Amino acid sequence: MQLKKKLQEWPLHLMLLPGILLTLLFSYVPIMGIVIAFQKFSPAKGIFHSKWIGLDNFRYMLELPNFTSILWNTIFIAVLKIIAGMIVPIVFALLLNEIAGAFFKRTIQTIIYFPYFLSWVILGGILIDILSPSGGIVNQMLGIFGIEPIFFLGNEKWFPYTLVLTDTWKHFGYGTIVYLAALTAIDQSLYEAATMDGANRWKQTLHVTLPGMMPIVVLMGVLSLGNVLNAGFEQVFNLYSPMVYSTGDILDTFVYRIGLLDAQYGVATAVGLFKSVISFVLIVISNKLAGRYAGYRIF
Amino acid sequence: MHKLTLSRKSFLIFNYILLGLTAFVCILPLINVLAISFSSSTAAAAGFVKLLPVDFTLSSYKYALQKHEFVDGFFVSLKRVGLGYAINMLLSILVAYPLSKEKKALSLRNFYAWFFIITMLFSGGLIPTYMTIKSVHMLDTIWALVLPGAVPVFNVILLMNFFRGLPKEIEEAAYIDGAGYWRVLWKIYVPLSMPAIATITLFTIVTHWNSWFDGLIYMNQPIHYPLQSYLQTIIITTDPSLMSSNELLNTGDVSDRTYKAAQVFLAAFPVLLVYPFLQKYFMKGLVMGSVKG
Repeated sequence: MQLKKKLQEWPLHLMLLPGILLTLLFSYVPIMGIVIAFQKFSPAKGIFHSKWIGLDNFRYMLELPNFTSILWNTIFIAVLKIIAGMIVPIVFALLLNEIAGAFFKRTIQTIIYFPYFLSWVILGGILIDILSPSGGIVNQMLGIFGIEPIFFLGNEKWFPYTLVLTDTWKHFGYGTIVYLAALTAIDQSLYEAATMDGANRWKQTLHVTLPGMMPIVVLMGVLSLGNVLNAGFEQVFNLYSPMVYSTGDILDTFVYRIGLLDAQYGVATAVGLFKSVISFVLIVISNKLAGRYAGYRIF
Repeated sequence: MHKLTLSRKSFLIFNYILLGLTAFVCILPLINVLAISFSSSTAAAAGFVKLLPVDFTLSSYKYALQKHEFVDGFFVSLKRVGLGYAINMLLSILVAYPLSKEKKALSLRNFYAWFFIITMLFSGGLIPTYMTIKSVHMLDTIWALVLPGAVPVFNVILLMNFFRGLPKEIEEAAYIDGAGYWRVLWKIYVPLSMPAIATITLFTIVTHWNSWFDGLIYMNQPIHYPLQSYLQTIIITTDPSLMSSNELLNTGDVSDRTYKAAQVFLAAFPVLLVYPFLQKYFMKGLVMGSVKG
């Protein structure tokens, strides 16, 4: 027999209250503030007295001569980052998994994981130095092979690839650890059975390890769909310059410049909303797919 | 016993070399710039510095630490980390606990859960958020840096899943003894969740320490900049036209380049200090995140 007295609910509501109030103010009020995307907003008149102009801001956005190239840059950079951000850690995890020496394995992990914890300001400072065409160590080393100095951060051809490479540098250690964790979860008896059947390590990788990794690979791939418009504001902001706007300007940096620097609040909010809505739809789709194919639930 | 075949042996040698080289290339930028920060300006300018400092000197570090903007920024960052961490942790616990309950204990549980999840999926964006913070007069105050992200939903989910994994029996025994939700939370759940709380602690501290964009836009006066925002304004100059207009520094052993390198490492130093702990707890965090309720 149980002597369970019914607990009242109100303490639980009380616990949630501070979090709810702060979330209302700093997340939901800004969401409602999106209405200025449909206004000819002026700070002097405020949200309640600015003129409503329907979809004019969006029309203006689509007619901007550089809008298509900004949208394209965003997708191009983001998709390359997603692809590199999956392949490199998977390959690296597979190779690390073949290493028997625990010390070597740990040391490598410790080294490659470290840049993940440094901000893009710090990494930006480091990259600007090492990639400098005058005296940066990268160009010094290329010089040994007789290659002329390349201005990686100032050349519009090189810039997007430099972004992808340096982003991979920061993040692949993290990814490697995620995939390594998935590898250690594979049932060891499968390997023993494969050895009995005469499969060598390569065959085992192909027929045991890779299929064993597939669920997490599919999950990560599907979930990254939501990032197709996230080209990495913090990185681009710290590495780009007007010289590379044609290939390096992305939606987020564009919103920052026209919004906070040029004070075109309505247009900037419209561009931001355009991005948020597409991203939202993509996230919902990707979560649905992840739920169906990988049993993933956000909550 | 099985002997390694020749092809297996050569693969392993190749593998060790490849992994070692990749790791070396990953750490090389850090070592190179670290070496520059300890080198004299002439050696750095001549391109002599590779992996080790040339003409070892601490001048750049001394110069950086003399700048009051740097020291001020350091203290703003410390304040931000302390206050931001306290708020994040307290609210994460207070939100995660009710959400870890079943619907029969908290009837609005799913409504509350979606209330928080939606903020992860959709946001007002840069301009509306900026205007909200401006309209509540938080510009140029520390609150603009710690309150907008006060409820870190990702951490809430992590903690909620951890709470759900704890044995129900202890909790029920406490209720029978007359304890209420508050007591159970602080006396049972929080002490039992220390591994999860430690993980979240480290990541929250590093996140606050590394944040720079909010400081840049919400602080009008540079004196209120956290360290990373201040550094952003002085280290990040990729535009040569801006570089020439900046005062190009060259006094004694210190040049613009060695000075920037020194500041980069001063700002990275605290992260380096907690890194061994971060790494240790990260695996635990991964495992926790995968425990679905």
